[in-house]
Amino acid sequence: MENLYSLTAHELRELIDKKSLEPSRILDEIFKRIELLDDKIKAFVLVNKLNAKAETKIGKLFGIPVLIKDNICVKDENTTCASKILEGFKPPYDATVIKKLKLEGAVLIGKANMDEFAFGSSCETSFYGPTKNPWDLERIPGGSSGGSAAAVAADETILALGSDTGGSIRQPASLCGVVGLKPTYGRVSRYGLIAFASSLDQIGPIAKDVKDAALLLNVIAGHDEMDSTSVDLPVPDYRKSLVKDVKGLRIGVPKEYFVKGIDKDVEEAIKKAINILKDLGAKTIDISLPHTEYALSTYYIVAPAEASSNLARFDGVQYGFRAKDAKDLIDMYVQTRSQGFGNEAKRRILLGTYCLSSGYYDAYYLKAQKVRTKIKEDFDNAFGSLCDCIITPTSPTPAFKIGERIEEPLSMYLSDIYTIPANLAGLPAMSVPCGFSKNNLPIGMQILAKPFAEETIFRTAYTFEQVTDFHKKKPKL
Amino acid sequence: MKIIDKATVKHVALLSRLILNKDELELYSKQLASILSYISKLNEINTKDVPPTSHALATLKNVFRKDLLKPSLNTDDVLKNAPSKEGAFFKCPQVIEGK
Repeated sequence: MENLYSLTAHELRELIDKKSLEPSRILDEIFKRIELLDDKIKAFVLVNKLNAKAETKIGKLFGIPVLIKDNICVKDENTTCASKILEGFKPPYDATVIKKLKLEGAVLIGKANMDEFAFGSSCETSFYGPTKNPWDLERIPGGSSGGSAAAVAADETILALGSDTGGSIRQPASLCGVVGLKPTYGRVSRYGLIAFASSLDQIGPIAKDVKDAALLLNVIAGHDEMDSTSVDLPVPDYRKSLVKDVKGLRIGVPKEYFVKGIDKDVEEAIKKAINILKDLGAKTIDISLPHTEYALSTYYIVAPAEASSNLARFDGVQYGFRAKDAKDLIDMYVQTRSQGFGNEAKRRILLGTYCLSSGYYDAYYLKAQKVRTKIKEDFDNAFGSLCDCIITPTSPTPAFKIGERIEEPLSMYLSDIYTIPANLAGLPAMSVPCGFSKNNLPIGMQILAKPFAEETIFRTAYTFEQVTDFHKKKPKL
Repeated sequence: MKIIDKATVKHVALLSRLILNKDELELYSKQLASILSYISKLNEINTKDVPPTSHALATLKNVFRKDLLKPSLNTDDVLKNAPSKEGAFFKCPQVIEGK
């Protein structure tokens, strides 16, 4: 038999249901695997070996190990956003997604490394140091959910949760060769997700295949009165969209995503993938999303502005780190924040505060919100009559080297150029493995659909997976 | 949009309750200037009659909850993470001047 850690959640569930597998064996194997590998990969900021157990023996995820990104609150467990300022913070409550996982018997095995407060595309801004890409330990795993994606790719967990504000689930999934889904804004409750940019944040699954992503989304999706932005719409059984059929599906291919700056191997892999879907009966339509080139600028006003406001709560009073020897209250705030936040967090707080400050609000924040409308209209037009889904690369390049972009914020920000528009428009989008570069690094294809059309994405991705084996390739570790 | 100078960065740091040393001030001024100059690309678009989007989906409506009595977290749990506390309170340096 294959090693249990290399199986998917649905394969393991089948074995458990047939009574041919005792779930504790999965855990034993997973913890051995973590012990063996995580010194190299550093995907975990906390391994929960002592308390890891299913809280119920029934449920869709009974016995399945799940790794949680460190910005999602788990009751009485360290939740730090990979920041010094939240050192030692143990939330007094569970995030809604955690509550749901526990009710379905999932086993929470630990917390995943990330860019500090999810500010980054490489995991290098973590207070705990960078996570490594399992495919090449000298390279970044992507970010900000880099720990979650790397652990899934390295078989250190079966499933993982990430969060996505500008690509933080999809870009690391792409760079690590796994499946990552950002659901529609409002599909999954953010109660207990430590906020970065409230008009963009969404929690979503990272998994080894499309079916596992559907399984996990089934559990975490749904309305929650604790999150006023969560939407009160029925949640379909996403497993029912796992049908191998794309006949007549209209795939939009936006010309603005295939321009200067895209890596040759990436471009080739995406075009091949689109042709595979075409051979199965899908139609491709050349479309234009003319405001694409403004998405990054829009995002780097909206996201830091909202972040600067959300991060005002970290002042050393209620939780986390407090600087010693402050002269007075203001000095305590200033010292705590200056010592507690890392470079990228400070940079974004400064940028956001500037864009919101008196005299600049209209020129920056309001302007960006207006351009956001134009970006959203591009998608409305495309999905209105032209196509059912849109396919693009997830990231313009495969994983880059650790250290390569960290000194130059703007070049780091450009890593998310293809993923940001979905957040600005609130759309669901998935990254699926679709090829490898010449030096054997994973490449991901991004599938976008209109709001709440996750089912279209699942069907397209599942069909692609049935005729390819990119998702089955494993890194040599 | 004008490009940010060091005095402005210093002022914004004050508003953000951050203190920057000389090197940080130098570095962030340079980096913010380059980011803002990239961002100024947005001025190419005429947005005169475009409404702003603050919520991506057109489901914008006020959300009310029923006014029901529900248990909340207990004080000990809430205070558990406090760097400093006294009784049922968070403790911080003196706010009001005087004795």
